[in-house]
Amino acid sequence: MTTTDKRMEVRAIENGTVIDHIPSDSLFKIIKILKLDTDTHRMTFGTNLESKRMGSKAIIKINDRYCQQEEINRLALIAPMAVVNIIKNYEVVEKRKITVPEHIEGFVRCSNPKCITNNEPMTTSFDVINSDEIALKCHYCEKITYQKQMELIK
Amino acid sequence: MGKKNLISITDFSKEEIIHITELAAEFEANPYQPLLEGRVIASLFFEPSTRTRLSFESAINRLGARVIGFSDTANTSVSKGETFHDTITTISNYCDMIVMRHSLEGAPRYASEISKVPVVNAGDGANQHPSQTLLDLYSIKKTQGGLDGINIMMIGDLKYGRTVHSLLQALSHFNTKFTFVAPPELQLPDEYKLFLKEKGLPFEEKREIDEAINQADIVYMTRVQRERFTDPMEYERVKNVYVLRNSMLEGTKPNMRILHPLPRVNEIATDVDSNPKAYYFNQTENGVYTRMAIISYLLGVKK
Repeated sequence: MTTTDKRMEVRAIENGTVIDHIPSDSLFKIIKILKLDTDTHRMTFGTNLESKRMGSKAIIKINDRYCQQEEINRLALIAPMAVVNIIKNYEVVEKRKITVPEHIEGFVRCSNPKCITNNEPMTTSFDVINSDEIALKCHYCEKITYQKQMELIK
Repeated sequence: MGKKNLISITDFSKEEIIHITELAAEFEANPYQPLLEGRVIASLFFEPSTRTRLSFESAINRLGARVIGFSDTANTSVSKGETFHDTITTISNYCDMIVMRHSLEGAPRYASEISKVPVVNAGDGANQHPSQTLLDLYSIKKTQGGLDGINIMMIGDLKYGRTVHSLLQALSHFNTKFTFVAPPELQLPDEYKLFLKEKGLPFEEKREIDEAINQADIVYMTRVQRERFTDPMEYERVKNVYVLRNSMLEGTKPNMRILHPLPRVNEIATDVDSNPKAYYFNQTENGVYTRMAIISYLLGVKK
């Protein structure tokens, strides 16, 4: 794939959000945490695409929807190196930066099986305590969930 | 006034910790103060406990309040499958405060978000047991004349021992010097070592009880449990290394006192019991005064 082709891909929607440079194995997790599986906008997903930088990558294009900063920040847990482009009239008008949120509600499971959140129908809640190698401290059981243990709630 | 809970020792500031120890001393001097006449306090033990439950219930009674509750969940709607959320919502309508123990970690924090009345954590799994920490601090203050600059040696299971972790967090306000003695499998977790480093507090780690005990003001013993070891041979090898015997106390400081959250199994030899430095049974009495202090402070009847 040539550079021109790639730019074509990013620009191929008129208005909306393009999330690029997603590790291929994270695509479905991102679909989940951005709740794209229930979204009704027109969308294109590509995966196992060639990437000079990453070897293999995935891409998400969402027509007519501009992802909010809060949603984008959720990507920090899974694909901190992803690039979020806001497209208007076929042009990239903004590259939104992913920043690690200070607090996370829901969608991640606490790694402690004895935590109340794994035994009651309730929402999980974490403070992000280390933004280099992301670690989440459970608001309830106070145990730490490290990035490698992170599991999304189904 | 917003309601105040005690879920984790970190919920209390240094000033509040000191205040609780002062109130405890006041209750020790005058243990029958019916400040809570006519009130009802729920004692919810989702997991059985003897010492903590009776100590809390004694404190409640001495304050003139009445106790409702259960000491295990066998005869409650919990056994019918009711959610924790619904149990707490219901019970918080019946009482002025909830004291609870639960085997699930974080259950008391969640309860405090559901309940209309203050919640006191009486132990949640391996997480927190703040009333134990406050009674440990009251015992230290009483025997050492203050909390500042104490040299403490913590011995035994420093990995899973929740009392060790909470006490360490609380003592970090008071310029404490720590010595940790534990088998390799039960060392203090890195997050607590990092915490002490960030606070600039000195600590030493040892594999055995050695002459460092002679510098200690407080020796804090904990139980080394067989079930914590993945290798039973390792347990057999270390189990006697962490037993405190009377002969080890010869060179220790005259003000030194031995604390233990109890129950003890064999980690303190019975020949230590008659030594005046053994303080673990006095510690349980301090627990009642400390819990009177916590309850009356949270309910705002003692400023």
